Amino acid sequence: MFGKLTWNAIPYNEPIPMAAGAAVVIVVAIVLLWITIKGHWPYLWREWITSVDHKRIGVMYCLLALVMLLRGFSDAIMMRSHLAFAAGDGQGYLPPEHYNQIFSAHGVIMIFFTAMPFVIGLMNFVVPLQLGIRDVAFPTLNSVSLWLTASGVLLINASLVIGEFARTGWLAYPPLSELQFSPDVGVDYYLWSLQISGVGTLLSGINLVTTILKMRAPGMTYTRMPVFCWTALASNLLIVAAFPVLTATFALLTLDRYLGFHFFTNDHGGNAMMYLNLIWVWGHPEVYILILPAFGVFSEVVSTFSSKPLFGYRSMILATMCICILSFLVWLHHFFTMGAGADVNGFFGIMTMVIAVPTGVKVFNWMFTMYGGRVRFEVPILWTIGFMVTFVIGGLTGVLMAVPPVDFVLHNSLFLVAHFHNVAIGGVLFGAFAGYTYWFPKAFGFKLHEGLGKAAFWCWLFGFYLAFMPLYVIGLMGATRRMQHYDDMTWQPWMMCAFAGAALILLGIVFQVLQLIVSIRQREQLADISGDPWDGRSLEWATTSPPAVFNFAVMPDVQGEEAYWGIKQRAIELQKLVDEPDYEPIEMPRNSPTGIVSAFFASILGFALIWHIWWLVGVGLAGAYAVFVVFAWRIEDEYIVPAAEVARLDRERRRIRVETILPRGKPV
Amino acid sequence: MSAFFKLRRLLPALALLCTAFSLSGCDYALMDPKGPIGVDERNLILLATGLMLIVVVPVIGMTIAFAWRYRSSNEKAAYTPDWEHSNAIEVVVWVVPCLIIIALGLITWTSTHALDPYKPIASEKAPVEVEVVSLDWKWLFIYPDLKIASVNELAFPAGTPVHFKMTSGSVMNAIFMPQLGSMVYTMAGMQTQLSLLADHTGTFDGISSNFSGDGFSDMKFFAKSMSEDDFQSWVEHARASGNVLSSTVYHELEKPSEKVPVAYYGDIDPMVYHEALGMMAMSPAAAAPAAAEKGM
Repeated sequence: MFGKLTWNAIPYNEPIPMAAGAAVVIVVAIVLLWITIKGHWPYLWREWITSVDHKRIGVMYCLLALVMLLRGFSDAIMMRSHLAFAAGDGQGYLPPEHYNQIFSAHGVIMIFFTAMPFVIGLMNFVVPLQLGIRDVAFPTLNSVSLWLTASGVLLINASLVIGEFARTGWLAYPPLSELQFSPDVGVDYYLWSLQISGVGTLLSGINLVTTILKMRAPGMTYTRMPVFCWTALASNLLIVAAFPVLTATFALLTLDRYLGFHFFTNDHGGNAMMYLNLIWVWGHPEVYILILPAFGVFSEVVSTFSSKPLFGYRSMILATMCICILSFLVWLHHFFTMGAGADVNGFFGIMTMVIAVPTGVKVFNWMFTMYGGRVRFEVPILWTIGFMVTFVIGGLTGVLMAVPPVDFVLHNSLFLVAHFHNVAIGGVLFGAFAGYTYWFPKAFGFKLHEGLGKAAFWCWLFGFYLAFMPLYVIGLMGATRRMQHYDDMTWQPWMMCAFAGAALILLGIVFQVLQLIVSIRQREQLADISGDPWDGRSLEWATTSPPAVFNFAVMPDVQGEEAYWGIKQRAIELQKLVDEPDYEPIEMPRNSPTGIVSAFFASILGFALIWHIWWLVGVGLAGAYAVFVVFAWRIEDEYIVPAAEVARLDRERRRIRVETILPRGKPV
Repeated sequence: MSAFFKLRRLLPALALLCTAFSLSGCDYALMDPKGPIGVDERNLILLATGLMLIVVVPVIGMTIAFAWRYRSSNEKAAYTPDWEHSNAIEVVVWVVPCLIIIALGLITWTSTHALDPYKPIASEKAPVEVEVVSLDWKWLFIYPDLKIASVNELAFPAGTPVHFKMTSGSVMNAIFMPQLGSMVYTMAGMQTQLSLLADHTGTFDGISSNFSGDGFSDMKFFAKSMSEDDFQSWVEHARASGNVLSSTVYHELEKPSEKVPVAYYGDIDPMVYHEALGMMAMSPAAAAPAAAEKGM
């Protein structure tokens, strides 16, 4: 009746997962209870859960990412505190079977459920606004993408209290991840949570590619798009090209595990090397899927806060697209030690280094954007400067390991771990935080508290250096990754230092949580009335904060790069806005529960497959199909915002603009 | 603010200091190699890092300098609100990284060929042949020419190349002796190779550097580089153990176990390694020697 699922699946006698699980359950219960008591459900259902508005979906993606950042970070600090004491005879407090789950979950959560939703959320929120349009190409599909990601999150968190998670590392290399060596449900949790969220990511990629290629405002030619849109385009093209590979690879491993196939098994002609190749054909583009939008954020931020156009705009686009293509030609550098010949290793090593050229160009262009500017040290640009300094160190160690003989001694070492955290934290996460601070007032109508934001930044920056520079050092001492304990006592001071760094990062996270709470409480003082709090240059700043559901009352007429900057400067010069347009009614997509309901059935399907509850698999499949049919047969999925309402909202916007923007005067 | 920026300027200097420190200490296994492969690889690390620092140090310096000089409160700095392009700068920022990468690319191509782990090490002495089998969670070393074997202890004479042929009896591992240089994966059903040489005597750490499950952290061995005479007596000691590595013994050994003490086998069934390699021998891929030989 319940497949492999019995009461024994709940780890009663293991205090750590039980305590962690209980904490999560209690927090979730309190939140749900609070919502119920306050009677917020109808509002949440109407305005958020069923929303197909790209802005709300973007916000929910980012919220999901922030929550999962807390989960992923608690894994991290457990590992660091464990390793600080697991030296010599000390075995730490996490036995291998827990420790192995924790580092696997940490990697999976941080990449798939923190970094991915964060950058997808930012792209979702910002791209349509920057392009001067009203929504993405497929609004309901967008909601489906979000909720399928949430479904993956639900499954991976369920593994905390029902069963266990994979103990294989974040990419689940076979043969270790095959049934022979991992007979438990851990790898199945891994496979199905990533398959389901992966479908969501692919749909999201298709959606944004279509949006950018087909739906720009009049006059918004490709070479007038803000660089963030270009990086979003590159990133989503990579999603569309790479995620099907991941899906197929996982499908092959699933066939091995469920139906006795032998794609990657030790016996009957299976070949694990094929898995390594396939997973990295997805995995290396994935690195750029994450970092390219972060590069886009930095481009926007550095230009806005230097009060100058981005230096070398076309060069930036060229560099972005070079990286996009090259990212598919380097996957083999993840396994130079697998015994390929010198020609093959040499080729992939050099291709990897070639990527450093366009990346280097970007760094120079950001630098020269500040040159001759008026740099305002607000929080977003602090993250950006912190990134530039940190990222080049990560770039250096990355290129270093692209030399195959160097990789022969540094592969799989803590040096490698330090390297990819150097670029993932110093690049992707700093970028996400810069974007979060930069666009927060646009999303909510008030800025985040500046002092707490700066405190968080400095904690993160120094915390990062304190946590990861020691790992570079012990990597050079010969320390390998994924050790549960180590004999060499000389490593311990460095591990202690890394733990202190993690604690400092924790302080940074505490400041970020405080910042959010304080900012919400002080939203009156922090309010952004103008809709343009940073003196921005692209179209998202032409709307109110938060924007009306339709974003723009009339489609903006784009006449050059930096669309909004031109409009703003003309208005300031003439001391009047452009003439009031003729308002017309606007068609907007209706909200739809399709996303949440299909994700509900997808979660059931995933859970049933993990535990081999076959009848429930039927229910999940039938339900998901039914949702699709119901949606396909919809008759009316749009509603009209009357012209009078559009006019009222836009006149209000214009009135405020006249009061707030025109008096700013021309910059010297 | 300014205090923070001064502190930040110190960070790269601190990183350099750490590197300098690392060169002096002998705890830094990769910086204190005991064989030519390891020495070449260490030198390559230093050379490549040095080359890249030519770009990286100015970039970090300029980033901080530009940000500080053009801070909004500094009225003395010229403000050029429309300056967004310069062909000269564009040329420099594309060409300089290209030149560095061309230099590094040439080094990469030649060093990758010179340090190919499959390449035999030139030496007057014939290499010691060792067949390696990674098991859950221990290392089995078979000396086919000497007809002995050992678990979790590897011995060889200093100054003589060692040629490893490797496979796995379970999941993927990587054999790594940090002070000797290159690591290579061991994989079931196929064979990889590695040549190393120690030019000092001594006992070096050996680990698995690819995660292989619960017993992974204790999957260690000592690599003992000895004088010729000591090696001879080590061989005699192994022979005197009286244990025989037969197929039955091997199957007993391959069962998962942790923290396995060193063991010696005075005689071997030469088919054991082939059995380990072909354990999954029903597979046509493993049976094809060419494919197995190449490890691809």
